[in-house]
Amino acid sequence: MINFSILLPSILNGLTTGALYALVALGLTLIYGVLHIINFAHGALLMVAMYLVYFLYKLFGLDPYLALLVVPAAMFVIGYVLQRTIIGNASHGRDENILLVTLGLSIVIENLALFFFASDTQVVDTPYAFDVVELFGAFLPVPKVIAFVGALLTALALWLLMGWTDLGRAIRALARERKGARLVGINVDHIFAMSFGIGIGVLGIAACLLLPTYYVYPQVGHGFVLIAFTIVVLGGMGSFIGALLGGFIIGVVEAVGGLVLGESLGQIGIFVIFILVLLFRPQGLLGHRA
Amino acid sequence: MRQLIILLAIFALIALTPLWLTSEFWLNAVLLTVYAALLGQAWNILAGFGGQFSFGHALFFGTGAYCVAVLQIQFGVNPWIGFVLGGLLGALVALAMGFLTFRYGLRGSYFALVTLAFAEVFRILSNSVSFTGAGEGILIPLDRQASQMQFTQLSSYFWLICAITLACFLTVWWLQNGRLGARMMAVRDNEEAAAAIGVNAMSVKLQAIALSGFFSGLAGVFYAQKFLYLDPSIAFGPAVSVESLLVAIVGGIGTLFGPLLGAAVLHIFAELVRHVIGDEPGLSMAVYGSILVIMVLFAPRGIAGIGRSVRSVLKGTGDAGR
Amino acid sequence: MLDVKALSKSFQGLQAVDNVTMKVAEGSIVSLIGPNGAGKTTCFALITGFHAPTSGTVHFDATDITNMKPHRIATRGMVRTFQIVQPFAGQTVRENIAVGAHLKIAGRRDALNKAQEIAAKVGLGAMLDQDAGDLTVAGRKRLEVARALATDPKLLLLDEVMAGLNPSEIRDIIPVIKLLRDEGVTIFLIEHVMQAVMSLSDHTFVLNQGKLIAEGAPAKVARDPQVIEAYLGKGMAKRMADQGAGSDA
Repeated sequence: MINFSILLPSILNGLTTGALYALVALGLTLIYGVLHIINFAHGALLMVAMYLVYFLYKLFGLDPYLALLVVPAAMFVIGYVLQRTIIGNASHGRDENILLVTLGLSIVIENLALFFFASDTQVVDTPYAFDVVELFGAFLPVPKVIAFVGALLTALALWLLMGWTDLGRAIRALARERKGARLVGINVDHIFAMSFGIGIGVLGIAACLLLPTYYVYPQVGHGFVLIAFTIVVLGGMGSFIGALLGGFIIGVVEAVGGLVLGESLGQIGIFVIFILVLLFRPQGLLGHRA
Repeated sequence: MRQLIILLAIFALIALTPLWLTSEFWLNAVLLTVYAALLGQAWNILAGFGGQFSFGHALFFGTGAYCVAVLQIQFGVNPWIGFVLGGLLGALVALAMGFLTFRYGLRGSYFALVTLAFAEVFRILSNSVSFTGAGEGILIPLDRQASQMQFTQLSSYFWLICAITLACFLTVWWLQNGRLGARMMAVRDNEEAAAAIGVNAMSVKLQAIALSGFFSGLAGVFYAQKFLYLDPSIAFGPAVSVESLLVAIVGGIGTLFGPLLGAAVLHIFAELVRHVIGDEPGLSMAVYGSILVIMVLFAPRGIAGIGRSVRSVLKGTGDAGR
Repeated sequence: MLDVKALSKSFQGLQAVDNVTMKVAEGSIVSLIGPNGAGKTTCFALITGFHAPTSGTVHFDATDITNMKPHRIATRGMVRTFQIVQPFAGQTVRENIAVGAHLKIAGRRDALNKAQEIAAKVGLGAMLDQDAGDLTVAGRKRLEVARALATDPKLLLLDEVMAGLNPSEIRDIIPVIKLLRDEGVTIFLIEHVMQAVMSLSDHTFVLNQGKLIAEGAPAKVARDPQVIEAYLGKGMAKRMADQGAGSDA
């Protein structure tokens, strides 16, 4: 029988980890919701963002939280350019082709990282990395609590952006009706690339919030990419609130699963959820059947 | 019929390689190319004929590989029996996964992601249970006898993989020229229309995935017997899944010779890069990835597709179809 | 041969097909007509197993086939075509038709030969090696018929094979349908265009808003005030009758 005093900290820990997962998933769900494509390179691009944060710290001593001013913008540009030059031209009418091209990109990006940076893991040593705060009798790392708040704020910001700005309105119009949007004079390629850029920009935020507690290596994205997919399908493709909720659920499942089944088997819960959701409720927990 | 003759001629030529190629290194390189063609052709059966893109073919490969290894070590089963059982178990796992995913109507990107997730589940499981040797992997004891499916000569391995690969290619030739294949392609192109004229789409897709899983499983068995070592990442990790789809896509999905072409081109490229830049980690995979991106962008129908387009332009028909 | 009893289908509260009872006799050409959105295609989908009916039964050759899977129904000898043509694009016309032929023929060469024979019959003989995706609308409609025909059906359900064709193309396809019937294939066809059906069918059912509003010989049905109203709007039948009376006077 599992003691409640172990379970609660594990749940709280899961929630904070889940917030980080949700951050990664937010960009993915935005891209899916607008472009209806699954970006397989999401994990690899997260890795790029994390290396950016790491090198800014290493070379210029820039604190990961200050990097929030730079890295998301840089990632936005990368995302915008990728969509305009490569991903946007890949489909040839089949959505599998997008999956293939983004898979190809992730292979290239990861292996170039392996080539240039070797497979060593790198950490950012911040003075606050090991600070903890006590909450309901559980000790939580301060950076994870910050990430938790950051995830909520990012989701809120995205929601405001989509709901209350001209760009957001254009994006939503495009997500609903491509032909119509083109007819009323929306520059479709530009708006698609903006959406993709924003989705990748969110990865920049995730990287800045991740690095104080996490480490970076070329394959770091692997661990995140299937988890992010799981969250996106769980929360309903394209839903921000769904992504947050899905992130928390997955974080808790992973933490509690690890507690019950042991570290290596604990992860299985995520994939089982992924398969079950896709099979039985592909519209996600919050979505409606089409 | 012409294609069959060309196919047999090509394999006859390949099979002659050990007779003139004395370098073990290069013979091994050709062996790995033929092996890659097998992986690609197995994937091609499901994607090119069944119309389902899998991102998790390592699932079937790993099942076959672990099957032969575990049976040998835990139960003392002869690897030749394990060879057959490995293929059958690969097919069985494929059927089970196919039944679940097709029943609930998963296709396109969703199917791809689910196959990836299934492979991951198996990777984690094989990492956690003891009879697969868990994380340390499984070592098949050295016993170089043909009866143990271990050979002293590289050429014996070479001819074995040629035979398995030829069987797979003959299966695809048969599909291209038979009722089952015609039905597969009909389902691939339009499931509803196929059903209306009496095609049982579910059964056809299951047959495609079972055949695909069978040959992937055989590839796994060959890998296990050739390298005598397995661990969860080798067996169920993404590398095999990626190589399978890459070879088929580069060569040309849904074509008979595509996977052979794709395997040759990829391996030649990788060798070239290795010669020019050196054997750096990640480099050959980066080249593979770039080729995938370029192919999808500019030649989504693979090298075979380019060939057909060129031919039709030369003929001046303007029909790039066939 | 085909016996549809009290067939109904509702989609989320919307009654698409409402208590429809129809019979198709062997060796006849029967048509199902009605204005757009009357539920004709849904009827076909229910009969051929593509949708499950909410209530009612379908018997074919005295066997209950309600809720049977489409491919099994096709195997029994009842095959439909689609209003929105669905070629296997990327495959040739010959290969398309051969898929149908394979229902009864195992050998590839025999199936391809049969495809050639069928193609000639429906007027696709010159396009055998063309990509099915490159056919004109008329060509695709013929391909739909050819593919279904290749299965050697006893009953062929044709869903608007004439819609989208110009008058001369319609003139070309009508004899094809007649020929099929003469060869022993029973034909049940949906048409939106009434005139096309008149010359062709022995018996006509008229569907409006999911309900059967008339049936009988085409000439009789065409004079039915309810049918005229369904097609031309309320009051039209009366006005036409009045006009007729006026010109008589």
